[in-house]
Amino acid sequence: MRLEYRVAGRDFQAAGGAAAKIKRTLRQIGIDAETARRVGIVAYEAEMNIVIHAYRGTIRIDILPERVNIRADDEGPGIPDITLAMQVGYSTAPEDIKEMGFGAGLGLPNMKRYSNELEVKSQVGSGTSIIAVINLPAKEGS
Amino acid sequence: MSQLFHSVLLIEEKCRGCTRCIKNCPTEAIRVREGKARINAERCTDCGECIRTCDNHAKTAITDSLSRLKEFDYVIALPAPALYSQFGREVDRREVLAALIDMGFDDVFEVAYGADIATFLANEYLKRPSNKAPMISAACPAVVRLIQVRFPALIDHLIPVDSPMACSGKLAKEIKSKELMIPKERIGAFFITPCPAKVTWVREANKHGVFSIDGAISISEAYGEITKRLPEISPPYPGLKASARGIGWGYSGGERFAAKIAKSLVVDGIHSVIEVLEQLEMGKLSHIEFVEAQACIGGCVGGALTVLNPFIARMNLEALVDKSTMLPELSKEHIEALNLKERLGEFTIKPDIVAVPAFRLDQDVSRAITKAEMIEKVVSELPGLDCGSCGSPHCRALAEDIVQGLAVDTDCVLKLREEIEVLAEQLLEMARKGSSALKEDNTFLKPGE
Repeated sequence: MRLEYRVAGRDFQAAGGAAAKIKRTLRQIGIDAETARRVGIVAYEAEMNIVIHAYRGTIRIDILPERVNIRADDEGPGIPDITLAMQVGYSTAPEDIKEMGFGAGLGLPNMKRYSNELEVKSQVGSGTSIIAVINLPAKEGS
Repeated sequence: MSQLFHSVLLIEEKCRGCTRCIKNCPTEAIRVREGKARINAERCTDCGECIRTCDNHAKTAITDSLSRLKEFDYVIALPAPALYSQFGREVDRREVLAALIDMGFDDVFEVAYGADIATFLANEYLKRPSNKAPMISAACPAVVRLIQVRFPALIDHLIPVDSPMACSGKLAKEIKSKELMIPKERIGAFFITPCPAKVTWVREANKHGVFSIDGAISISEAYGEITKRLPEISPPYPGLKASARGIGWGYSGGERFAAKIAKSLVVDGIHSVIEVLEQLEMGKLSHIEFVEAQACIGGCVGGALTVLNPFIARMNLEALVDKSTMLPELSKEHIEALNLKERLGEFTIKPDIVAVPAFRLDQDVSRAITKAEMIEKVVSELPGLDCGSCGSPHCRALAEDIVQGLAVDTDCVLKLREEIEVLAEQLLEMARKGSSALKEDNTFLKPGE
């Protein structure tokens, strides 16, 4: 099944809302707690990246029998150096956002840590696309 | 429906079918059907929010009555630290304990002392290198149940050490059984409880063959009995053992204060607890070692079965803690005498804490996915007002109920109005069409043509 959410840049009030809805659905489907937690974390970080850095974007989740795909597309400034952005502690978040306790430079590293595959594509001045794959644990006997 | 016991209960005749409780339930366990609230046993955590929010006092808690004392040869009262908070400065805690004995108990064992022991055991457990970060206290049974139902990924973070109540029951029975040379089974341990979640814990533990506690009597019931006796009570109870830190467990922050853990977080009130648990589930706050989480605002002094306002109760208990600081803390001699270090395994929560998949749509994952897709479709067709008039807490919950066959879309008043409008238009049109017998029709010859 597919879930899709629009995310508005700088909307800290609604931030985390999409991830919360995704977690609710995963709980209802009965996906194991640890996988649901990983999907929740990756979706949350993807959502926060859009809120902090971009103008607007979408989060799309595809729940398949063997994996969950998370795709985040945004219209925003893009990432000039993806390798640098993947490093723990590196952040380009503006000062006012850091003061709010966000922008610790853990977004992309966390997404990498909790997903099985992660692909980041970005065009400076236009936007960023992130695709994360989280495998579901193989069922017993299969 | 499962066979779970719950302390929280609806008094049908008092329920007016309003939406207050369904809106406030942290696990969306309540629906209004046929004009009455219905509680889903699997989802209910016995947190007591519905008892607090019901203006008609239609929610109550099942507790044990004092008449159960006669089932045992020897009965011990286990007063929660929160019991002391119900009385002002002018009342000595030894008088409260003496009043309990006058009520028919043979002895008392302060749960505040059990808290001293639980503090020691939890700190021992926290030394284990394999622990997750942070570890969460399992002392509040409503929080434990909430984690089982809504945050199963955090079960590994719980400190599975017996609560002060369970520690007290075990030790009280053990000590008295040796002293009086009677079997433990003939000794009854009754917790004087501030909350329904503890009552549920006791009943469920008993069902699983765990008898550290045999029953739970509400503070509100004991309160009347104690105040009645206070003016004439004498002599005060002599054998105080609990430290100030043990007594402080009665309010939020007391457990952290007792454990002396610097990198810790204290949260109280079930809705705030949920927000913090959401963060923990996201892997945030992993730099913290310990989380004290309590379902009631203010901690146990704010329990749904207490009498006083939680803030006044807190003030009273703080005064008692201040007054008791000269009392000794749990000493090495005590720890050795009870052989606590070697008995950590014995004081582990039983039965095991396991996930309760109360939100699962279907046993079969692919069927569950189909249902989740249907829910998205139904939600998109509902007005999104989250008014609760349908008897479900919000539109998404109604959509879930519809897909599960527990409700229909016309339970939504706006949907119903839409359908009536359509129906009314159809009726009007039908009425306008009229009957062929009354209408002009040129295919037939009229008289005289």
